[in-house]
This record gives sequence, C-alpha cells and structure tokens, in this order.
Amino acid sequence: MDILNAIVLLFNFIIIPALSYGSQLALGALGVTLIYGVLRFSNFAHGETMAFGAMVTILVTWLFQSWGLHLGPLPTALIALPFGILAAVAVVLATDKMVYRYYRRKKSPGIIFLIASIGVMFIMNGMIRVIIGPDDQNFADGERFIFTAGQFREWSGLSEPLVLRSTQAITIILAIVICAALFWFLNRTRSGKAMRAYSDNEDLALLSGIDPDRVVMIAWILAGALATVAGVLYGLDKSFKPFVYMQLLLPIFASAILGGVGNPLGAIAGGYIIAFSEVAITFAYRKFFGYLLPDSMAPDGLVQLLSTDYKFAVSFIILVLVLLIKPTGIFAGKTL
Amino acid sequence: MKKMILALAASTMLAGSAMAADSIKIGVILGFTGPIESLAPDMAAAAELAMKEVSDSGKLLDGATIVPVRADSTCVDAAAASAAAERLITSDGIKAIMGADCSGVTGAILQNVARPNGIVMISPSATSPALSSAEDDGLFFRTAPSDARQGDVLADVMVEHGVKSAAITYTNNDYGKGLADSIKQAFEAKGGSVTIVAAHEDGKGDYSAEVGALAQAGGDVLVVAGYLDQGGKGVIQGALDTGAFSTFVLPDGMIGDSLPEAIGSGLNGSYGTIPGTDSPGGDTFAKMAADAGIKEGASYAPESYDAAALMLLAMQAAGSSDSSALKDKIMDVANAPGEKIYPGELGKALDLLKEGKDIDYVGATAVELIGGGESSGSYREVEIKDGKVTTVKYR
Repeated sequence: MDILNAIVLLFNFIIIPALSYGSQLALGALGVTLIYGVLRFSNFAHGETMAFGAMVTILVTWLFQSWGLHLGPLPTALIALPFGILAAVAVVLATDKMVYRYYRRKKSPGIIFLIASIGVMFIMNGMIRVIIGPDDQNFADGERFIFTAGQFREWSGLSEPLVLRSTQAITIILAIVICAALFWFLNRTRSGKAMRAYSDNEDLALLSGIDPDRVVMIAWILAGALATVAGVLYGLDKSFKPFVYMQLLLPIFASAILGGVGNPLGAIAGGYIIAFSEVAITFAYRKFFGYLLPDSMAPDGLVQLLSTDYKFAVSFIILVLVLLIKPTGIFAGKTL
Repeated sequence: MKKMILALAASTMLAGSAMAADSIKIGVILGFTGPIESLAPDMAAAAELAMKEVSDSGKLLDGATIVPVRADSTCVDAAAASAAAERLITSDGIKAIMGADCSGVTGAILQNVARPNGIVMISPSATSPALSSAEDDGLFFRTAPSDARQGDVLADVMVEHGVKSAAITYTNNDYGKGLADSIKQAFEAKGGSVTIVAAHEDGKGDYSAEVGALAQAGGDVLVVAGYLDQGGKGVIQGALDTGAFSTFVLPDGMIGDSLPEAIGSGLNGSYGTIPGTDSPGGDTFAKMAADAGIKEGASYAPESYDAAALMLLAMQAAGSSDSSALKDKIMDVANAPGEKIYPGELGKALDLLKEGKDIDYVGATAVELIGGGESSGSYREVEIKDGKVTTVKYR
C-alpha cells in the first residue's frame, strides 16, 4: 500500500504535471527550431506569437460562449483554436513581409535577424496588452476534471490523491497528434521534404529548383500554428497572462537548444527533459520517502533539492551546461 | 511664467502671515506623489475635516483656528520626505505632524526630523511592525494597527477552528514576509505547529511547483498571505486541483468577492480576517465624509480623521499646542475611562476636556491605543459561505 501511495504521489505531483508542461514546451520549441532550421535565427518573438494566437483564441471563445456554442465536456477554446491559428499565421506572415524579408534580401547575418525579432517581440507585446490588457484572463470551460482527488481516493482506497484535469489530458493528446502530423508532413510530403532540404543545404536546395519564398512561408505558417496551439494549451491548463509568455521563452529556448536546435525530434525531447527537471528538482520528497522508508528513517526536513523560487534557474543551468559541454545538443542540431 | 510663480509665492506668503494670529499649524505629510498618490488626497481631506470641525467649534484653546499645511512624503523617498518635514517645522512653524503614510518614510521623518525637533507625529497608515519598537521619545503614535497584530488575531481564529498544524505561503514582498512571520510566531506561541513557510512570486502562470512543496510539508490548513487577484489565487486554485488542501486561511489581502467568484465552491469553509469595525463611529464618519466629497470607502481616510482629532483633543487636554505637552495626553484622550466620543462630536469633547473631564475617543475606527501608542485595531472575522464573504464577528 505504501509503495502504491508513493507511486501515486509521484504521478500526481511530478509525472502528470511535467508531461503536460513538457508538451507545451515541446510545441513551443518546435516552432523555434523550425524557424531556426529554415531562416537561421533565434526568433525571440515566438513567445509573443504564442500569446497573440492565444489571445485571438480567447476572444473568439468569448464570442462563441456568448452565442451559447459549446463542446459539451470539452473546452470551447478547441473550436476557437483554428481562428487563433489563422490570426497568428497572418501576423507572422505580415511581420516576415514587413521586417524579415528586407534583411533576407540584404543577406544580413543571423544576429541582425535576432535583434529585429526582439523589436517585433516588443511591438507584439504592446499590441497584446492594448487589445486584451495585462491581466489574467479565464477562458476555460467544460468539465474541469476527468477524475478528482476525492473520486480517486474513493475508488482506490489510497490515502494519496491523484487528479487528472481535462486540460492536462487534452494537452498531452493534442501534442502527440500534432507531433505525429508534423513528422508526417516533414518526411512524407513534397513541401516537407523541400523544407528539410532547404534547411540542410540552402545552395543545393536552390539549385534543385526549390522555391525559397515558399519554404519560408511554410516555415512561418507551421511556426505560427504550433505557437498558437502551445499558447492556448498553456493558457487553458494554467492561466492566460500576456507577461507569462515572455518568461516562457527561457525554458522554450533551453528545450530547443538542449535537443539540438533545428532538429524537430530534439525539440520534443528537450521540452520533456526541461519540464521534468524543473518539476523534479524543485519537488519536496518528504512524503515520498516517508512512504518508502520505515518510520524510524522517515525524513524530518522537506528533502527538497532547490526551492521552487529557482524553477526557472533550473532551465537556465541546463542551457548553460549544454552550451558549454555539447553546443550542438543531444540530437546534434546546428551550433548557435 | 517666472513672474507668475513669483507672484504666487508672494501671495501665499502674504496669506500665511495674515493668519498668524491665534492659529495653530498642523503638518499634513502624505504621499501626494508616488505609489499611493491615489489615496493621499482623501486621507488629507479627512484629516482636514477634523481640523475644520475643531476650528468651526471655536472651542480649542479659547478659539484657536487650525491651519493644515500639506507636504509631500512621496511614500518612498526618505530624503525628500525628511526635507519636506524639516521645512514645515522650521519655516512654517507647525506644532505637530499628521503623517506620514508609508512605513519607510514615516520611520525616516521620525528619526531625522520629529525626534530632533521634539514634534509629535500621528501616522494614519504606517503598519510596519518595526515601528512598534523604534526609538520615539514618546512622540510617535499611529491610528493604524501594526501588521504584527493581524498575525495575532488570525492565529486566535485558527486555534478556535481547531487547527493544529498549518502551512504558510506568502507573496514575496515586505508585506507578505512580515505578515507570514507574525502569523507563524503567533500561531506557534499558541501551541500550533507550522510545517513550512514558503514564498510565491506574483504574476506567474503556473503555481504547481509551489503547491507541490506546500503539499509535501502538509498541514490542516494553508495560510495564504498574498493578493487575491495575484499569486494567492493561483496557489489556492493549484492546491484545490491537486487535492493538497481543502481549507484556506485568508489574511486581509485575500478577502474580496472576486476570489470566491474565481475559485468557486472549493473555497467554501475557508476563513480569514480583514481590518474592520462595527463601531457606530464608522457609519457616522462615512456620512460626514460623503458630505465633504471624500470618496466612499477611501482607504485610511477614517484613520486620518482620527489621527488629526486625537492630536487636537490632546492639545485641549494639555492646555497647550506644544508637542512636549500634548504627547503625554494622547493616550489619555484615546483610551477609557471617560465619555465616548464619536466623529462629529469633537466640539462636545473639547467642552468636556475644558471642564477637566475624561474622554474616551472612539472615532471612526474605534481607536484604542496600546503598547507604545499604536492602534490595537479591530478586525472582522469572515468565512466564505456559498461563494460569499460573510461576517462571523468582530474582534
């Protein structure tokens, strides 16, 4: 019984939260990595793209809610999601046309693109705050839980609760579906193959007749769509607050770089590794050991490696370590 | 432009000197600029309301008029606040200070200006526990309770609810830290045990890690010393979602209708305290304030009225407007025994004092000064029932 309790505890406080957080990071990191692979720069405006897509989704969700449109137990935001994706894609394509294309024509170095993207980030950040304001917005509806703490206790007879929120389940399922679709697109379709070729060797790709403008456009469309899905899932699961997406940039970049920037598989692995490290390192294991060890050896302290205040520091440390030891990342992406 | 300023300066100086005869100047030092600039005008207006009431009665020290002199404390800049206070004392010749407002600048003015000059200060809103033990030569009083007091009251409420152990989380700033420390100290002194005291940052999207640590430490209840529209809400939501805690103890920053609205039925049964009084003086003051154009429910306006009133009543009791004489009388007029005095009855109080009778100033906030001259504070114990904040009792 005690061992079961300990396992349930790990699931409730580490595995389920880290899986859903990791899925959100992975989707975000995929967008960053795609843009890096094709356009060769770190897109700092990616966090704001997430926020922008989520914002439009929220506005459309409210509209649907006012019409009385519902998805039953599922959140209404899922029907509004396509509209958010369309808006985010329109915005990234517009910024590409207005900002990045100019530097591409001039063949500017990556650092110029990066700085331009910081400018785009500030402008989008301001726009979002003008449109929806800087406050928390609540747009989750439908069933909140798949099963609650009380239901689980009753069903299992264990003293530790286990909770599965519907947003966590939706996040994990949606992330799997989207990753599968993305890999199918990259590996099986003509456009996907063209993108990979262009990312591998730009000159060779151009020689073999691949249209660069089309590849860039597809990369932006994918990045905008991924960002919106990640942003909406994060907002549904936690809460939507414009500033939070700027803070999310750090773990997202850490995920992309850890996995190997430019490598989609690496971005996904990186997302989950960062999420699990953040949650597991700042977790207090007192009760966990209390269940496993005999009473006489049960710890008095919290058995916490790092205070929760240092959550973001964990991803920062991982980022620095990767850059020092293996700058290409686990799956050997491009060096930054 | 320069000429205009000169003309203005000259005219104010003239106006100042014209009123010299038989008038008592009181400094009103509040943060008219800075982080609480939205509160300061109403606080000043409330203090001046008491001064006007006394002037109009014509009974203070045989018909003296009170002239308020405003100055800016900035709330955050200790040097600017001290300079402003110094100027009021040396060039305007004020007799006492109604102020300052924020705890930091209040301490600075007390040490740098009030003590060297021997001037009495009554602050309506400085709540830092550190001011309780500050050296003040008997010159410093406040009509707002120290934050330490709330910890004590809250611990009493918890003990009455049969709480044996509690986890505490606080918003990571001076208010949250001070309050969390005082709750911990008071609760442990009353025999409870505190399993963890952990900070949370406001403005994050996700509090699952913080909630995880709190859940592992355990406890009968979770005390959330934060803000209801900020991290406090996120922590409660996370704790309910993971089934870690089901009852929450809520200090003043967490009480408001938006919290049960956002959280829903999970919050029912949680309880807390918030400054408040059921004294009839509160209603009387609210009416007077509305007539004087002070915003309804303006924070610390009643405390400001009481601070000014206490100061003037003490002058009458001492028979002098001199700070060295009136400082010893403030506790006498504020506390029992004597006839209870409510807002709007300052004229009656002045008469009684002149006859040599005792008064017990109740005022707008049921003032009772304890310790080194700070308000004991009255608190409203509330419980969340059916998604509404309901009053249990006053203590």
